[in-house]
Amino acid sequence: MTAVVEVRGLRFRYPDGTQALNGIDFTLRAGETVALFGANGSGKTTFVLHLNGLLTGEGFISICGEPLSKNNLAKIRAKVGMVFQDADEQLFLPTVLEDVAFGPANQGLSAQAANARAREMLDHVGMASALDKAPYHLSAGEKRRVALAGVLAMDPEILVLDEPTTFLDPPGRRDLVKLLKALPQAKLLATHDVSLAREIATRAVFFEKGKVAGEGPIDEIAERFNWTPEGT
Amino acid sequence: MHHVVVERWSRLDSFLHSLDARVKFGALLVFLIAVSTTPVTAQLAFGAYAVLLAVAALGSRLPLTGLLSRAALVLPFTGTFALMTWWAGNPERALALAEKSFLSGFAALLLIGTTPLTKLVAGLDSLGAPRALLLVIQFLYRYLFVISEEAQHMRMAASSRMGSAVGGRRMAAGAVGVLFARSSERAEGIYQAMLARGFQGHYPMAAPPSIMPRDAIFFASTLVFCAAVRFAL
Repeated sequence: MTAVVEVRGLRFRYPDGTQALNGIDFTLRAGETVALFGANGSGKTTFVLHLNGLLTGEGFISICGEPLSKNNLAKIRAKVGMVFQDADEQLFLPTVLEDVAFGPANQGLSAQAANARAREMLDHVGMASALDKAPYHLSAGEKRRVALAGVLAMDPEILVLDEPTTFLDPPGRRDLVKLLKALPQAKLLATHDVSLAREIATRAVFFEKGKVAGEGPIDEIAERFNWTPEGT
Repeated sequence: MHHVVVERWSRLDSFLHSLDARVKFGALLVFLIAVSTTPVTAQLAFGAYAVLLAVAALGSRLPLTGLLSRAALVLPFTGTFALMTWWAGNPERALALAEKSFLSGFAALLLIGTTPLTKLVAGLDSLGAPRALLLVIQFLYRYLFVISEEAQHMRMAASSRMGSAVGGRRMAAGAVGVLFARSSERAEGIYQAMLARGFQGHYPMAAPPSIMPRDAIFFASTLVFCAAVRFAL
């Protein structure tokens, strides 16, 4: 299968001196769903923020065969849809429709076309009835679905989800899992939720101190790094 | 979480809500110019302006007491200058100063209380307002909510540990510092999420709809009324 994300030797140091990434090699193939496991501060979020140029470290990153550089950020950001951990950070416009139309409008679609695309995606995630609502009046699960619609409206080839099940109640989580399973894009999940990974991911990568400490089938990685709520 | 009342008002439905944002903005400008250039002795004119605003308030279906109390927020500021003018021996000018500021505040409140921000900004954009300024307005607006939400979270957390949200001055000072740090972090997160969705420093504005006959009638009526009051009374 074609590699849609290719990362080689990625290093990143925060301005305060913390070495967050220390030589990451990673590949994501078309149609694949990969779970990123690792302790808080192990570099998962820092890593995913590199995939559409929100952070810039040393090393090589290519998205859908195109090396990431300052000159093609707009193109890369259209290909890598990022759903943030805190949906409140993503939803910033006064109504759900305007917010979901923000991405397509940035891609150059006319207001009418962007709104049509936003409506289509809201319908797809089951939020068509919330078009005119203010995002802050929605429940956590609804906000997450709207945030996902906002990203899907940009028609990305890769979906990056940072802790997608945080703040969700069981029905909200169930709906999200069903929705994610049905999406054809290659997906990268930075998560602590092993059962979520079991449900939708095809393999896991374990981060430790800014490095890939291991990768393989979900259960094998969870067992090897003692990464289950029960422990051993 | 509680949210800004004016934001909720702007999404209601009324005659004034249905008018074009550019037309309402133009009418506000006409009104402000008329009020600010009216001589301080023309008390009858201020009464006529108040009548015009009362009619507009009725047409907006917004709660009158809410409008009056919010418009009165300008008074502590202009009231100080009015008092100083009064003490300086010019009560007529002092009264006019308070009246002008209150009427102007009320009129501006009617505009933002009947126009969602996105429509107002798109309208200003089509009138040629600088994009950078409009962007700052939008960010400011969004971050006001961020700060308000953070403050409410902190207040709840403090109340749950103290039984009451009231604390000493030291606590308030500390809370302001933490609020600033947290809001700044949150704002950074919002900005990153905007970048991730292709934001390139320019917010795509929706093209405003074309001006309808009722918009033109509203603007012409405001213009004629203000001019008549300004020059005849």
